[in-house]
Amino acid sequence: MKTIPTLSTCTPLNDSELADLRDQFPILSRSTASGAPLAFLDNAASTQRPVCVIDAMSDCYQQYYANVHRGIHTLSEESTEAYEQSRKVIASFINAASEREVIFTSGATASINLVARTWGDQNLREGDVILTTIAEHHANIVPWHQLCERTGCRVEFLPLKKDFTFDDETVHQKLRELRPKLFAFTAVSNVLGTITPVKKWVHWARELGITTLVDASQAAPHQPLDVEQLDTDFLVFGGHKMCGPTGIGVLHGKENYLDSMPPFLGGGGMINRVSVDGFETADLPDKFEAGTPPIAEAIGLAAAAKFLRQIGLDRIAAHEKQLAQVADEGLRLIEGIEVIGPSMSHKSGIVSFSIDRVHAHDIAQELDHLGLAVRAGHHCTMPLHRHLKKSSTTRASFYLYNRLEEAHRFLEAVQQVQKKFTPSGRKRSSRPQD
Amino acid sequence: MSNEQDIYEEHVLDHYEDPYHRGELDKATHSHEADNPLCGDVVHIDLKIDSEDKIQEAWFSGDGCVISQASASMLIETVEGKSLDEVRNFTAEQMLGLFGPKLTPNRQKCCLLSWRVLQSAIHSPVDDLPPDDDGGPDVHFGGPSLGEES
Ligand SMILES: Cc1ncc(COP(=O)(O)O)c(C=O)c1O
Repeated sequence: MKTIPTLSTCTPLNDSELADLRDQFPILSRSTASGAPLAFLDNAASTQRPVCVIDAMSDCYQQYYANVHRGIHTLSEESTEAYEQSRKVIASFINAASEREVIFTSGATASINLVARTWGDQNLREGDVILTTIAEHHANIVPWHQLCERTGCRVEFLPLKKDFTFDDETVHQKLRELRPKLFAFTAVSNVLGTITPVKKWVHWARELGITTLVDASQAAPHQPLDVEQLDTDFLVFGGHKMCGPTGIGVLHGKENYLDSMPPFLGGGGMINRVSVDGFETADLPDKFEAGTPPIAEAIGLAAAAKFLRQIGLDRIAAHEKQLAQVADEGLRLIEGIEVIGPSMSHKSGIVSFSIDRVHAHDIAQELDHLGLAVRAGHHCTMPLHRHLKKSSTTRASFYLYNRLEEAHRFLEAVQQVQKKFTPSGRKRSSRPQD
Repeated sequence: MSNEQDIYEEHVLDHYEDPYHRGELDKATHSHEADNPLCGDVVHIDLKIDSEDKIQEAWFSGDGCVISQASASMLIETVEGKSLDEVRNFTAEQMLGLFGPKLTPNRQKCCLLSWRVLQSAIHSPVDDLPPDDDGGPDVHFGGPSLGEES
């Protein structure tokens, strides 16, 4: 039996709405180098931007840009207002208790590093444990490895089950047994698409007094987030995967955490006063935003958040799942193709796969020739690939502007690729002269 | 509709499916192996170099994408009978020319893997310690790295 995993009562995007929506992304009408019309299925790496985001940034630069804070002139006041207004929009986007809990960084990677370098250095000691999963992006592994090098703590990894999901019982047991200081995990795997039960895991950690950090890079663009309800201590995501600009990301931290942490980068903006003897740290959120912040980027990110909200994040999730389901189930029917990820009921709009005896880069190259942009490699998840005994995989990831027709085109193209690289009794000869 | 050259032209696929001298050489005098860590391509080359500094026999083995493996086959086929000087003078540009279809900087790395391994192999007598620098000649290619993507 097939069930389309639409969420709650939301109405799916209809054809005319989708056409209007696509019109807002001018880039989608271009073609690839081969001349084939583009089907952009590389959204888990980075999405495209709608005109409203580009306009918001360009308006800022054309009409009121100046450095923010402490400028006693019109442009600076307008820029400061727009920058701080963006923080409010993001606070509301994730239902943060206060905008003091929203720190702008340069991306999810920067947010995690900030936590590792401040809270991590302050709280971890030799022998302490950080628990994470084997499916993490390098951004949620390497900063902890670095913390281990500095402090002598260690990282433990939760394994995957055969069906590419996690065993709740094991998670609970490891939390009790290892008593980690920190439980850092992804809300959605960028390769498998596996959705983790954030609320439940955070609740278990909370009961044991364990701090939590959730990597919401692949969740924020695709599903409603409510940090009050999830009760995470830290939650991070970047702008460029949710129709926003590059160079901007968010660190959400509970206020008591952020308050007790030492500042990270030192410089202008993060101080109340400086003397030849020392400095006094500014209040939240400035404390963690040394230097000139990404002003136009924050404004662009707020425009993106509003854009996604207007469409409805639950509708976006339902739409991409519908397309991913076509791709996922179609691939599973093809002999010689393995889908690397759980069934649709446990995952988002990400479909990773491998073709027997065909290298992922050849698949991606040939799909590009046919107009489909996908990603091939280890997707910054080397430990996961090693765990799965794969050197690389190919990933198609769907977003709100993709069409059902593109999912079908993808399936056909994959079969064409498989055929092209399947041995067919070829014989080598010298190169034909032309 | 397209002016793009097919990277996987017939000649390339032929070499991929029916490679020249894929295997190992029992009495190799020289050999070397390297990989592109980010995409996982590996090429190993065995050579038999005679007293007149000529490559009598060359074999390769490895694993990876069509471009890395087909280009290795083409190179091995070309290099037999050549003198070491000729191998040393065989440039990266010439290697890309030998392969044929024009490659983006990303994929040039795949094509140049076997060329790199060969350039090191002629300096790597079997039974000797490998040279300090096992990365081959110090050449840099443009473009972002292939594997480190989100
Ligand atoms: C799960 C996950 N975490 C972290 C990152 C890094 O995010 P950013 O590019 O915002 O630093 C990515 C994507 O690159 C990701 O997919």
